[in-house]
Amino acid sequence: MATETVEHGVEASAGMPQLDFSTFPNQIFWLVVTLVVIYLVLSRIALPRISAVLAERSGTITNDIAAAEELKQKAVEAEAAYEKALADARAQANAIVAEAKADIQAELDVELKKADKKIAAKSAESEAAIAEIRDGAVKNVTQVAKDTTKELVAAFGGTADTKTITAAVAARMKG
Amino acid sequence: MATETHAAEDTGLVFHPLDQFIVKPLFGEGPIHWYTPTNVTLWMAIAVLCIVALFVLGSRGRAIVPSRIQSVGELMYGFVYKMVEDVTGKDGVKYFPYIMTLFLFILFANFLGLIPMSFTTTSHIAVTAVLGFGVFICVTVLGFVLNGPAFLGLFWMKDAPLVLRPVIAIIELISYFVRPVSHSIRLAGNVMAGHAVIKVFAGFAAIAAISPVSILAITAIYGLEVLVAGIQAYVFTILTCVYLKDALHPAH
Repeated sequence: MATETVEHGVEASAGMPQLDFSTFPNQIFWLVVTLVVIYLVLSRIALPRISAVLAERSGTITNDIAAAEELKQKAVEAEAAYEKALADARAQANAIVAEAKADIQAELDVELKKADKKIAAKSAESEAAIAEIRDGAVKNVTQVAKDTTKELVAAFGGTADTKTITAAVAARMKG
Repeated sequence: MATETHAAEDTGLVFHPLDQFIVKPLFGEGPIHWYTPTNVTLWMAIAVLCIVALFVLGSRGRAIVPSRIQSVGELMYGFVYKMVEDVTGKDGVKYFPYIMTLFLFILFANFLGLIPMSFTTTSHIAVTAVLGFGVFICVTVLGFVLNGPAFLGLFWMKDAPLVLRPVIAIIELISYFVRPVSHSIRLAGNVMAGHAVIKVFAGFAAIAAISPVSILAITAIYGLEVLVAGIQAYVFTILTCVYLKDALHPAH
């Protein structure tokens, strides 16, 4: 402890180590050496290398951004083309649908007309047949009536000429 | 100082807060010549090695996508480069390597000084005065070389009323010559004070009753010192840039 105190006493007499001027040349010399070494290392090796790397990186980034911009433009164009194709296709489809509809309608109209005509012909024919049948029936009825009347008159013992009977039956049938 | 030491030893407390700043020869004892390798040499060399490791070995890959160490180096490069460009303008960029040298030396010396048992080279006024006066002399010479006598326009305020101009010129002149002093003492003072305070609290840690408080205080001040180490390197560098701007563009 005693020697330590003495030692410290010696150092303490110099006050702050910062103000011990005997060490100044040493510190200044080594500081200058250090600064020169750092400067040479930085200016010869480190700083050019880092600035080259930074420049290269910013160049790469710029190029990549430009490429991305270009690709984006392409994508937009492609999308527009796709949209256009889609719209065209849709329009075409609509046209085809309308055309088909019109065709079908026309065909349908023709067929309908044909069918109507057929139906009209058939119904006219049927009407004629019916009329014929009716006429036939009326004639038959008349004949039957005449015959029956004749038989009835004969049965009752009278004689009747055909003319009279015909007139009578006609008068009855009218009623 | 001596009586103080004795008084402290009587109570069992030993304070030698300034012993950490003593410059010692690395090998043996003896007088310190200007060429003697000392702890100053050792810690400056370590700073150089750290800078080489960070900037030369770290950027060895020259990678477009940087490794961690390379990106730290690039961040520091970008930080100082932007500072020089912003403060001094485009024509100050050619002095960037010098300013980068100053910044890195101070930054690494400050941070290495925060390692326990290390020696803080920037705590010595001899070191910071060389840095500060170096900047002062370079900037002044540069100012006269670039601008000739027009550099004196720095002290002659054209905006001020004519009556006030001589007064302002004297004040400006004084403040100009005080610059290197404040520039160097600011750095050494901040660094030294922090280290000394840590040592004082470390001395109190010998007393069991207050050692927890003392250790807490050391931790807190250490955190503060980490901030101070970075900030003082920044302040020194940006002031250098400001002085350089005055030399490049003396007109206000």
